Amino acid sequence: MLDYLLTEEQKMIRDLARKVSLEKVLPKRAEWDETGEFPWEAIKAFAAADLCGLYVPEEYGGMGISVFNFCLATEEISRVCGGVGVTFAASALGSTPIILFGTDEQKKKYMPDIAAGKKLAAFGLTEANAGSDAASIETTAKKDGDYYIINGTKQWITNGGEAEVYSLIAMTDKNKGARGASAFIIEKNTPGFTFGKKENKMGIRCSATRELVFQDCKVHKSQLLGKEGMGFIVAMKTLDLTRPGIGAQAVGIAQGALDEALKYSRERVQFGKPIGSLQAIQHLLADMATPIEAARALVYACARMIDAGSKDYTLSASQSKLFASDTAMKVTIDAIQILGGYGYMKEYPVEKMMRDAKITQIYEGTNQIQRNQIALSLIKEMASSK
Amino acid sequence: MSIKILLDKCTGCTLCVKACPFGAIAMIDRPARIATQSVAGGPADAPGKGKKVAEIDLDVCTLCGACVPSCKFNAIELKKELGGSGRDLSHFKGVWVFAEQREGKIQSVAFELLTEGKKLAADLKTELCAVLCGDPSIEEEIDHLFGYGADKVYLITHPELKHYHTAPYTRAIAEAITKYKPEIMLLGATTLGRDLAARLAIRVGAGLTADCTGLAIDNGLLQQTRPAFGGNIMATIQTPKHRPQMATVRPKVFRKVKVQNVKIKTDENVIRFKPVISEEDLLVKLLEIVEDETVKVNLAEAEIIVSGGRGLGEAKNFKLIEELAAVLGGAVGASRATVDAGWISAHHQVGQTGKTVCPKLYIACGIAGKIQHLAGMQSSDTIVAVNKDPDAPIFKVAHYGIVGDLFEYVPLLTRRLKELQG
Amino acid sequence: MDIIVCIKQVPDTTEVKINPETNTLIREGVPSIVNPFDENAIEAALQLKEKHGGKVTVITMGPPQAAEALKTTIAMGADEAILISDRAFAGSDTWATSYTLSQAIKKLGKFDLIICGKQAIDGDTAQVGPGIAEWLGIPQVTFAFKLETNDGKAKVERMLEEVNEIVECPLPAVVTVVKQMNEPRLPSLKGMMKAKKAEIKNLTAADIEADPTNIGLNGSPTNVVKIFTPPPKGGGEILSGEPEEIVNKLIDKVKERKII
Repeated sequence: MLDYLLTEEQKMIRDLARKVSLEKVLPKRAEWDETGEFPWEAIKAFAAADLCGLYVPEEYGGMGISVFNFCLATEEISRVCGGVGVTFAASALGSTPIILFGTDEQKKKYMPDIAAGKKLAAFGLTEANAGSDAASIETTAKKDGDYYIINGTKQWITNGGEAEVYSLIAMTDKNKGARGASAFIIEKNTPGFTFGKKENKMGIRCSATRELVFQDCKVHKSQLLGKEGMGFIVAMKTLDLTRPGIGAQAVGIAQGALDEALKYSRERVQFGKPIGSLQAIQHLLADMATPIEAARALVYACARMIDAGSKDYTLSASQSKLFASDTAMKVTIDAIQILGGYGYMKEYPVEKMMRDAKITQIYEGTNQIQRNQIALSLIKEMASSK
Repeated sequence: MSIKILLDKCTGCTLCVKACPFGAIAMIDRPARIATQSVAGGPADAPGKGKKVAEIDLDVCTLCGACVPSCKFNAIELKKELGGSGRDLSHFKGVWVFAEQREGKIQSVAFELLTEGKKLAADLKTELCAVLCGDPSIEEEIDHLFGYGADKVYLITHPELKHYHTAPYTRAIAEAITKYKPEIMLLGATTLGRDLAARLAIRVGAGLTADCTGLAIDNGLLQQTRPAFGGNIMATIQTPKHRPQMATVRPKVFRKVKVQNVKIKTDENVIRFKPVISEEDLLVKLLEIVEDETVKVNLAEAEIIVSGGRGLGEAKNFKLIEELAAVLGGAVGASRATVDAGWISAHHQVGQTGKTVCPKLYIACGIAGKIQHLAGMQSSDTIVAVNKDPDAPIFKVAHYGIVGDLFEYVPLLTRRLKELQG
Repeated sequence: MDIIVCIKQVPDTTEVKINPETNTLIREGVPSIVNPFDENAIEAALQLKEKHGGKVTVITMGPPQAAEALKTTIAMGADEAILISDRAFAGSDTWATSYTLSQAIKKLGKFDLIICGKQAIDGDTAQVGPGIAEWLGIPQVTFAFKLETNDGKAKVERMLEEVNEIVECPLPAVVTVVKQMNEPRLPSLKGMMKAKKAEIKNLTAADIEADPTNIGLNGSPTNVVKIFTPPPKGGGEILSGEPEEIVNKLIDKVKERKII
């Protein structure tokens, strides 16, 4: 494995995330996948271990902003369960708008509880008619004196219903097109804000995915994030910043699958020897391990860049999410293949890993959108260098 | 006591490194000769063959001596002091057994220790005595003690001794020990016995060895053998200079046997002792005794025990063990690994730190058979083992072994037995 | 409440194996851990501190590397950790160990409660806790699985073989705990960082004014004369055949022995 020359503190974060995941998540992941039960126990354990504030500035109760450290924890958690991993990561997604664009009062109000793991956050952008085409969201926020009245429905929101704090993107002025959206912080239990049913998903089943339903929901203007019209900027900056985190989730899922496949190939004996001694299996393993290593390198190199203050990481963020998620899909499918019949059985963990991996190619910007983005960035770079 | 490597004999063969159970020996480069030679020089290295020599880390070494026989070149010198510390130990005579009683009933372990103690007393040509503490009504139980071979009974009665508490019992027995000077004192390693023995040993200045599985006399000294290192090896321990030599033994490790010529109690062989118990000894108060229904596993009395180990894989598979036990009318046992993993409650644990059992039939399923477990069941009449691993140590004690998958054999056995039952 | 917890760093004996060729212990790769029962002791102390306030001090007698175990307890939330280490302590049995720990405790000043794990998983004696109580002349309550304190007294529930006992005991006292006491908490990141920076004080034999006749090998009434792996008993019969055959054979043998 590549040595990332982690500092003592980073090793502690990684080892602690792994230890907590093995003790608290591993024994329950199959049950949570079966029932769809939300993994509060795991979140509480991460909170007690001080792992929920790895991306939050110290003055707001966090351990200091480090996308790198956050990815370390997300990867280790996802290695054990992708569903718990995305629950963990989506809270960062939901609170990053506050960190990036919030006023001091807003940050003081919300971030300490989120950093302490007492509350979870969620990010509300997607709608039934606005997925990749985020600009055509229809949720409205109409100014009314000191308040905004919000109407509309968000779809497929991770942590929906369980989170206390929501970052919502809504249209304040339809006529302004892309400049007509604004971002808001909305708390659970605000009158007019309810939830749809919990979705029944293929994978990441313990993660709660719900509609957010707004009916004349009144929100004070102090809940506006940044200025009116900044909505899509907030959204894009947030998604860019958290993209490596999702890449880390995918790398984690892939690594977990590789671990199982390796273990099995040493134990399973056919034709008088462990199947790991057969070239066919060895080649499969090599072709799983290498892209995982490459994906990991992309994710952490990008994270490092962001932490170093780079302004120009959109391209790398897209590449890391694209490559990591495609790798996770391929690796998990091959892991099932190596486990053969056992891999197909729910008693063994790899079929769940494949079901968990699929979504990483879809959410946080589909891999098709990522390819668009990568190509556009390449062209832009070339154009500006002439 | 001291230990050293004789450098001129050490050849650096490393056999001692492997023999040391504590990892106290390492290999170092052979040191240069200390310059006691003339300036004109002498041999550059300490004489002896080999570039490397063994070095013992005295911080880690416990002077157990395991390395000495392993060295083919007699290069390890272990010096043990013989002779007394100056204290005359010849005044200490007699093998004492603590007759543990609960609710006025003497516990079986006391009788087991009397039987074993009789052999020790015979070897030492000394008396076997039972020490019985309680309120005055406990006197009714004395006959049982003579029935299992006691030559004498020390009867220590006081109203405060009716129910066991650490301080009054320690006080009473310590006073008796000081007065009557036994050379050996044995106690059952029950919760009561362990609580008492540990405190008593410090009070009277005795050496105490816990959970012995073997007792013998060698050169007048009690040899106390017990599992160590979590049960992976056996150690023999002695208390050369301190008296009494105290040891605790788990219930059912030894068998109790009634004697043929039972002594009749007289005023000579029942010694009544009145301890002086002060207010300070009564600080701990009993508030309540709680009967715990879940505790009634009664493994100790079961004639047939079916036990499950790590090979079961997960908690729910204990169902297979329960079904086999049910069809045989037996109890369910468990290895330490399964209890530690939380698959079954500790009340089912068989082994050194669990319960010691000796049923007519013990069936071990998916249990490797580490010493720690064997210590708890190896005196069973018939031992059957089912394990996938042909090298599992359990097969060394099993009378009948099945090398195979317990998930195949256990249900098969259950089914066949059900069929035969009709 | 000022609580002292005594711990021991032990090899993870569930992982120790015997080398089948040489019949000796394989020590390489066996991790050193905090004795599991001592983790229950620390957790009990931390819970009492959270309820009543006060300080939790963890001590251990051991070689220099035992400091690692102490750091783990700081990561869990202990306030201070002290290593009692000296060449002179080498070879101690439970007499010398309990004496040494009690001497160190005397140097620590006033305390309300001492909590120890029931036994260490390498020695398995369960003697040091009560030994410390005797040396200090304070009451002991062993095999505790519930512990409350109130107004200078402890209310303890003890797990005996067939029943449980509830006793009341004045403080200061020594309480030894069993696994059923609690679920020890995992270390937190902040705790681990605190542990990394923590200075572990070292007390030597001179610092604790130890009487040389009570410490180390010379201060130990018991000594090990022999260590061995028991020779194989000479195994029994391995049953062979098809599974149905084997099961029938076994039932026959057991019937022959008049068990069923």
